[in-house]
Amino acid sequence: MATIKFTAALKRFFPDLTEIEVMGTTVAEVLQATEAKYPGITDYLLDERGAVRQHMNIFVKGELITDRTTLQDKLGESDEVVIFQALSGG
Amino acid sequence: MSNKKVLVGTTKGLVIIGKVAKKWQVIATHFLGLPVSVIYINELNNTWWAGISHHHWGQKLHYSTDEGSTWTSAAVPAYPVDAQIANGKAATFKKIWVLQHGGPQFPNRIWMGTEPGGLFVSEDDGQHFKIVDSLWNHPSRMNQQQWFGTGRSQPFIHSIVVHPEDNAHLYIAVSCAGIFESFDSGQSWQPRNQGLIAAYLPNPNVEVGHDPHRLLVCETQPEVLWQQNHCGIFRSTDGAKTWTDVSDPSGMPNYGFALAVNRTNPEQAWVIPAVSDELRVAPNQALVVCRTDDGGQTWHLLRSGLPQRNCFDIVFRHAFANSDELFVFGTTTGNLFLSENSGEHWQNVSHHLARVDCVAIQES
Repeated sequence: MATIKFTAALKRFFPDLTEIEVMGTTVAEVLQATEAKYPGITDYLLDERGAVRQHMNIFVKGELITDRTTLQDKLGESDEVVIFQALSGG
Repeated sequence: MSNKKVLVGTTKGLVIIGKVAKKWQVIATHFLGLPVSVIYINELNNTWWAGISHHHWGQKLHYSTDEGSTWTSAAVPAYPVDAQIANGKAATFKKIWVLQHGGPQFPNRIWMGTEPGGLFVSEDDGQHFKIVDSLWNHPSRMNQQQWFGTGRSQPFIHSIVVHPEDNAHLYIAVSCAGIFESFDSGQSWQPRNQGLIAAYLPNPNVEVGHDPHRLLVCETQPEVLWQQNHCGIFRSTDGAKTWTDVSDPSGMPNYGFALAVNRTNPEQAWVIPAVSDELRVAPNQALVVCRTDDGGQTWHLLRSGLPQRNCFDIVFRHAFANSDELFVFGTTTGNLFLSENSGEHWQNVSHHLARVDCVAIQES
């Protein structure tokens, strides 16, 4: 099970958002599982072609993912995924 | 007039202005902290639409059928999977620039102009939109020499005019490409830029490649159209077949974004000039609204109540609206000015808003 942590900024649009655990072996799979728990959330994270939005960052085990287009970075057992937005103003 | 409301879309929320105890003032704020870049009131069903251009989360769209008491999210359309912008990159949805109902003959139709260069249409009151293929695939767009971005990275559609008598008859304005006309609800399109000047191009008289900033029609005489263009103010009296430069030869009014027209008097229009693109501040750092009563032959400068010193404000294309004698505009520095006598005198409603991107007037 991967642990997904979200930027607090998303709570404005998904007030019930909390850290969750979901199944998946790639970033794409865990985001799909996240969408099932919070319908509409991937529209905030990804563009209509499924790529990570320009000002969004996704970390796996503390490292930025390398595949921002098809989200095929691999996840191990119990990996932590952090979803965070680029910061405005430094 | 006092029952009218003004909806002001700013980079930090949607601000509602109303007249309370004989004073125009802020009466509500929605989407606090969010960039409300599009406001549209569909007067056919009294629905408010608000487009939010998040910096991080992409374009979002909301509507309200109870004048803002509650809001519902609407789906933002997607470009086709194989859609490409001119440089061969995939086209992805950047921004909603304009919404326009389809007219009483198509009461469930809503048009949407977007960036990059997309026109979308909904036939179910905005629940679902699809791209208008005939325009997206227009030869002039497919040729990367003819549609292009200037102030923005990509071209965008910011004005949609539905002919008031024949709602299948449309005009759109693309920056940069120009004016296009359709007689068949968008199934086919023809450029309508004869007489315009694209002074920034090697050939200023190209068929496509112009930069209209705003396009409006005289509702009761729809053969008369006006546009504030990057290269001046232009007027057509033949349904956009030809355009005439009606800028003041002295140089002001000439450049700017904002435009308002009289819905029944084809001779009357208002613009709010800016110093050209090198500076983009108020001319002589003094805000002025210019009105013509004779189809652009002469212009009157309206300054009463407007700041005349040290003024950096300019007014964006969707930040100027009028309804009967009520006129309102918001500026890039967060000022909101309102007139109850067609611009003869202005009052400041707020100095403290964020940058104003759009305004709309709710009829009483």
